[in-house]
Amino acid sequence: MKQVQMTLTEKTPLTADVWQLRFAGDTSPITHPGQFVNLELPGRFLRRPISVCDWDEETLTLLVRVAGKGTAELCQAQPGTVFDLLSGLGNGFDLDECTGTPILIGGGIGVAPLYGLARRMAQNGKAPTVALGFNTAADVFYLKEFTDLGCHVFLSTVDGSLGAPGFVTELVAKTECDYCFVCGPGPMLRAVLALPQLTGGQISFEERMGCGFGACVGCTMETKNGPRRVCKDGPVFRKEEIL
Amino acid sequence: MTDLSVTLCGLHLDNPVIPASGTFGFGQEFAQWYDINILGSLSCKGTTEAPRFGNPTPRIAETPGGMLNAVGLQNPGVEAVAAHELPELAKIFRKPVLANVGGFSLEEYARNCEKLSACPNVGILEVNISCPNVHAGGKNFGSDPEGAAAVTRAVKAVTDKPVVMKLSPNVTDIAAIARACEEAGADGICLINTLLGMRIDLKTRRPILANRTGGLSGPAVFPVALRMVWDVYEAVKIPIIGCGGVSSAEDVCEMMMAGATAVEVGAANLKDPFACKRIIEALPDVCRQLGADKLSSLTGSAHS
Repeated sequence: MKQVQMTLTEKTPLTADVWQLRFAGDTSPITHPGQFVNLELPGRFLRRPISVCDWDEETLTLLVRVAGKGTAELCQAQPGTVFDLLSGLGNGFDLDECTGTPILIGGGIGVAPLYGLARRMAQNGKAPTVALGFNTAADVFYLKEFTDLGCHVFLSTVDGSLGAPGFVTELVAKTECDYCFVCGPGPMLRAVLALPQLTGGQISFEERMGCGFGACVGCTMETKNGPRRVCKDGPVFRKEEIL
Repeated sequence: MTDLSVTLCGLHLDNPVIPASGTFGFGQEFAQWYDINILGSLSCKGTTEAPRFGNPTPRIAETPGGMLNAVGLQNPGVEAVAAHELPELAKIFRKPVLANVGGFSLEEYARNCEKLSACPNVGILEVNISCPNVHAGGKNFGSDPEGAAAVTRAVKAVTDKPVVMKLSPNVTDIAAIARACEEAGADGICLINTLLGMRIDLKTRRPILANRTGGLSGPAVFPVALRMVWDVYEAVKIPIIGCGGVSSAEDVCEMMMAGATAVEVGAANLKDPFACKRIIEALPDVCRQLGADKLSSLTGSAHS
């Protein structure tokens, strides 16, 4: 957890509303895939929490979906712009806790943090099975990136325009996997939690945040272990903690 | 060498900067960013008798120049605060703190204050009267002079420690409420708590906050808070803690000129975890520019 200044070096549109942004600077605060940064935008009071897609010694990759004016301004920024980030926030995914055969399940922009996780698993010699879900073919991104890691990728779109028609959760039954790493919209997370095939897993949650480092308790969710802050105790929670 | 120290309700503070309740937890999160012993003091998370989850999420929304929060007094309850949070805080912060106290009846305020008053690192009880009175149809204690005075008397009866009443700005005459607290025995006044506000999501046509309304804080409220500190300074003799939108050393000085003895910093901590540190480090330079050898000499100096 550290305040760092990072320079936007490269931006690439992936779909009509999702951008890949690369930043140069100190990435030492980031220790686990699934952590996030809280990025300050000029003229906006609250920072924007954005999950880390990937990182190396000096480069940070974020995938940003334009959800409002703040994220639109971020995606319109010119390379060379310096941003103030609180970096290395949250717990992230813990690979050591994976007890079974893993599957990474991502929905929409929730796919972003799973890439950094998949790359580390591939580096360890075990490219994971991945299930990616999007609304339409036009919304699909990072298919090639996951395939290039050697992952076995299942793809679904809600309208059936690419891959299997329907929801990403329906793909899980096609695999022998029993442990999940998940990030996506709320209803998708609920559907994944209800799958009896998955006996364990880690789920990344999203919530509107004030500070992003545990002080304001604005993002609290109720768990089996009591109230937990999505920003500080999460964003990744164990399947058995979730109510 | 500028003297930044102030005396608040008999307590010596190295400087007037105090993180506001609800923006600083019990200090632990900020101790990971910097050594919090540089602070004048700190005001702890508002504490009620029973543990509270607070309101459903979303409970944060952005506004021009600030934010809304509808956290709803999430806290682990007074027993856990007295037994765990305050002793843990004492390990990382060696100065007396302000225990911020909530309550839903006069009896609960008194019980909470009695328990927190017994904690050795509590220097001041800061009583949040923006809570609904369950015995009066949910009307806030702080919404009229009688309710505010009743809480003050109930709390003063159970503690020898200084009692600072934290006032709501959502009233017609805040000076009258401050006077009622003073007459009931309050040792100080803290103002302002957040201003009631709301936002609507254009796409969903629904309020952003699950609670519909929330408290507005941040630079947007600074002039409102400053005006109220001015009015209360004219109305009472007890010391004032100025609170509301303070984000810089200049804001601290402005609050003090309006009448504040000490100053709380709230929402600024959430945007910039180093806000209080930055402000404290900038104070000597700002004092020099103002020709003030003693920062405390600024208090009330804008009143002719």
